[in-house]
Amino acid sequence: MTDPSGTKLLRRILLAALSCALISVAQAADSFITVASTTSTEQSGLFGFLLPAFEKQSGIAVHVVALGTGQALDVARRGDADVVFVHDPAAEQKFLAEGQGVVRQEVMYNDFVLIGPKDDPAQIGGGKDILPALRKIEAAHAPFVSRGDRSGTNAAELRLWKAAGIDIDKAKGSWYRDTGSGMGPSLNTAAAMNAYLISDRGTWLNFKNRQNLVILVQGDNRLFNQYGVMLVNPAKHPNVKQEAGQKFIDWLVSPVGQKVISDYKIGGEQLFFPNAKR
Amino acid sequence: MEALSAALGLVATGDPKLLGIVALSLSVSLSAVIIAAIAGLPVGALIAVGRFPGRQTLTVIVNGFMGLPAVVVGLLVYLLLSRAGPLGALGILFTPTAMVIAQAVLVMPLLAALTRQVVEDAWRQYEEQLHSLGATTIQATATLLWDTRHSLFTVLLAGFGRTIAEVGAVMIVGGNIDGVTRVMTTTIALETSKGDLPLALSLGLILVTLVLAINALAYVTREWAQRRFG
Repeated sequence: MTDPSGTKLLRRILLAALSCALISVAQAADSFITVASTTSTEQSGLFGFLLPAFEKQSGIAVHVVALGTGQALDVARRGDADVVFVHDPAAEQKFLAEGQGVVRQEVMYNDFVLIGPKDDPAQIGGGKDILPALRKIEAAHAPFVSRGDRSGTNAAELRLWKAAGIDIDKAKGSWYRDTGSGMGPSLNTAAAMNAYLISDRGTWLNFKNRQNLVILVQGDNRLFNQYGVMLVNPAKHPNVKQEAGQKFIDWLVSPVGQKVISDYKIGGEQLFFPNAKR
Repeated sequence: MEALSAALGLVATGDPKLLGIVALSLSVSLSAVIIAAIAGLPVGALIAVGRFPGRQTLTVIVNGFMGLPAVVVGLLVYLLLSRAGPLGALGILFTPTAMVIAQAVLVMPLLAALTRQVVEDAWRQYEEQLHSLGATTIQATATLLWDTRHSLFTVLLAGFGRTIAEVGAVMIVGGNIDGVTRVMTTTIALETSKGDLPLALSLGLILVTLVLAINALAYVTREWAQRRFG
């Protein structure tokens, strides 16, 4: 029944599996914090630029879980993150009101842009005004891609429809495609079907599969996109790494952190503009 | 073609980050298959050999769970390991350990179902012989598992194929954290999100090549072992 070399092989495999498990436990013991953040900060490449600077200075590793803002806040509500770094002020205020977060600090902003096909079937014709542009898209029933995922960008889009006087729940038809996915996948969808959509500028600048898509409307004050950071409330979630998490927040809003944010550029273009109040 | 040359370029540069991602993919998926096998193989064999009430129902359930959606397993394991969940105190959500657990759960029914089939076929052939030797169910199960080891090896490969290719579960419980829980499939998903389709495709080619290479290696080893040990 027993074959010596077979048993030996099995023992080796088990040993290897065990050491794998041990390695991951050892990693978990290191000093790190978990930050629930948004796809825009990750997919724009900001974190890849920002975090090494913080990790070098503090010795604290930052584990970023990139989700839509709504989902990121939900992960924090379950106590699975130490810090949230998102961009939907209304949802953030609600999070604070629930006692889930400690203090909300503003970190940086950029803006949303209306992206659409070059040949512009709804004849928006560029410009700065987002509301008339949305009305034209709705009137023409031109294909429009919505994130539909409770992300910060999705919340902004819904606010804009409302501001344009359009009840999108009633107005939506086959022209309004709810993808229920991140910014990148939505951009891929829009590129494939020549649709309009609202994107944050950071993800757009780092996005490589543009095909016929271009920026059509930008610069409207309504397209302002504010990012905020909060420590998850340790009183509610005792596992929150309060000290290390606060260090990260303090660094983000410090002159050093703010400078690193403004230094992040793609093709010479700055993606995020620091605006922490000190 | 472009993706192929880009893939070769990536491999040629030996980018340590890429190597880390590949190593994590392999160690997570292999660990998951080994853990799932420790439970799944005996369970499958016992269903094949044992005679107990509810055996047919169990067979159907195990067969059906071969098609467990990875994203559902990911969600269940996430809720289990979340701080607010029953195993939250362990603090292992968003770690490779969580990914191993999710993939082990995902692949266990597949291993059990295929093992049941393999062992049942052998059981039909040897049932009388084993009975005449007075073997108990446990003894018969162990004997049949050992006798069908070469076929079971292919079962393990099928399990490995499912885990290494899977993205839904590891994305949810691992969080795709750069340098910590980012594996091949979640990297491909991320690069696709960024619209960098050529890079995503090259990474895909590397993954497929890797899986092929492992299967080739496994095949050669099995042939050698069969000749050497019978």
